[in-house]
Amino acid sequence: MSQPSPPLKPPTLFDLFIAFQTCALHAFGGVLPFARRELVEKRGWLTEQEFTETLGLCQFLPGPNISNLSIAVGKRFGGLKGATAAFIGLYGISIVIVLGLAMIYGHYGKVPALQGALNGIAAVAAGLILSMALKMALPQLKQRRWLPPLFMALTFIAIGLLRLPLLWALPLLAAGSIWLAGKSS
Amino acid sequence: MSPALIALVIHFGLLSLLAFGGAGALTPEIHRVVVDQQGWLTERQFLDYFAIAQAAPGPNVLFITLIGWHVDGVTGALAATMAMCLPGAAFTWVVAGLWQRFRDHPWRQRIQQGIAPLTVGLVCCTAWVMIGLADHHWFAVVLTLAAALVSWRTRFNPLWLLAVGAALGAAGYV
Repeated sequence: MSQPSPPLKPPTLFDLFIAFQTCALHAFGGVLPFARRELVEKRGWLTEQEFTETLGLCQFLPGPNISNLSIAVGKRFGGLKGATAAFIGLYGISIVIVLGLAMIYGHYGKVPALQGALNGIAAVAAGLILSMALKMALPQLKQRRWLPPLFMALTFIAIGLLRLPLLWALPLLAAGSIWLAGKSS
Repeated sequence: MSPALIALVIHFGLLSLLAFGGAGALTPEIHRVVVDQQGWLTERQFLDYFAIAQAAPGPNVLFITLIGWHVDGVTGALAATMAMCLPGAAFTWVVAGLWQRFRDHPWRQRIQQGIAPLTVGLVCCTAWVMIGLADHHWFAVVLTLAAALVSWRTRFNPLWLLAVGAALGAAGYV
C-alpha cells in the first residue's frame, strides 16, 4: 500500500473546481494527458504512481474515465463537496461551449463551408481514433499469448462488423475473457 | 421530459455501465440505437455532432450531450450527460478506497487481464465505424490516414490536426 503523500497545501473546493475546469478547457482529443499535467506536474496533488493507480481504477470502472477521475480526486481532497466541485468544474464550461457550437450549427449548418469544415474535422477525428486503436492494440499483440488477440478480434467482429447489441454481447465476451484469463494464468 | 428522452436516458444509463475504455468506445452502439433503430438523427447529423464534439474542448462524452440536445434541448443535453456519467461516478465513489486495498489480489489481476482486450476491441470498433461514416471521398481517406500516422508517430497537439482538417474541408477539398 503506497503511503499517500499529502500535498503541501490541501486544495480547497475552488481549487478543485478550477483545476478540472482548466483540464477541460485545454483538452482537445482527450482530457487525460492534461489531467496528468495539472494534477501531478503543476499542482502536485498526486504523485506519478498515485495518478497511474487512480487512473487504472477509473478506466476499469464503467463510465467516462475522466469524470470518474474527477470523482476519485475530488472525494480524496474534499469528500462529497470536493467530488461535486471537481465534477462541475469538468463539465460546466464544456457543456456551455459545446451547446454554443451546436446552436451556431443549428443556424448555419447548411452553409457549404461549415459543412465542409465538419467533414474535414470528422475525417481527422477518425484518424485520431485509428491511431489510438493502434497504440492500444500493439502491446496486446506483442504479448505472444493467444487470448488477448482472440478476444480483441471477437469484440471487433461482434460489435464492429455484426453490430450486435452491446448490452448483451459485451457482458458475454467479458465473462468468457475473464474466465479464460483465470484458467490460463 | 419527452418519452424519447426518457428512453434515451434509460438506454444511455445502461450503456454507461459497459463503457470500458471511455465513452468514445460506445460510439458504434450509440449509432446503432439513435440512427439505425430509433431514427432520432440522420447519418449526416450524427457525423456533424461527432465533429462538433471533437472540435470543442472537454471530455469525449460531449458527443452524447449533443445527442441529448438534439432530442430534447437543454434538458436533453443535461439528462443524457448525467445518464452517461452518474452510474460510473457512483461506482467510483464507493470503490475508490477498496481498489487500492485489493491491488495484489488475484481476482483483480484476472478481471483486469480479461477486460483489457475488450477495451482495445471497442476502440477498434469505434475507429471502424467512424471511418465508415467520415470517409466518403478519397481526400477524406487521405486525411484520415495522414492524421492517424502523425498522431501515432509524433506528439503533435491534435488540436492543430483538427484545425488543418477544418481548413481543408472549408476550402472544399473533403
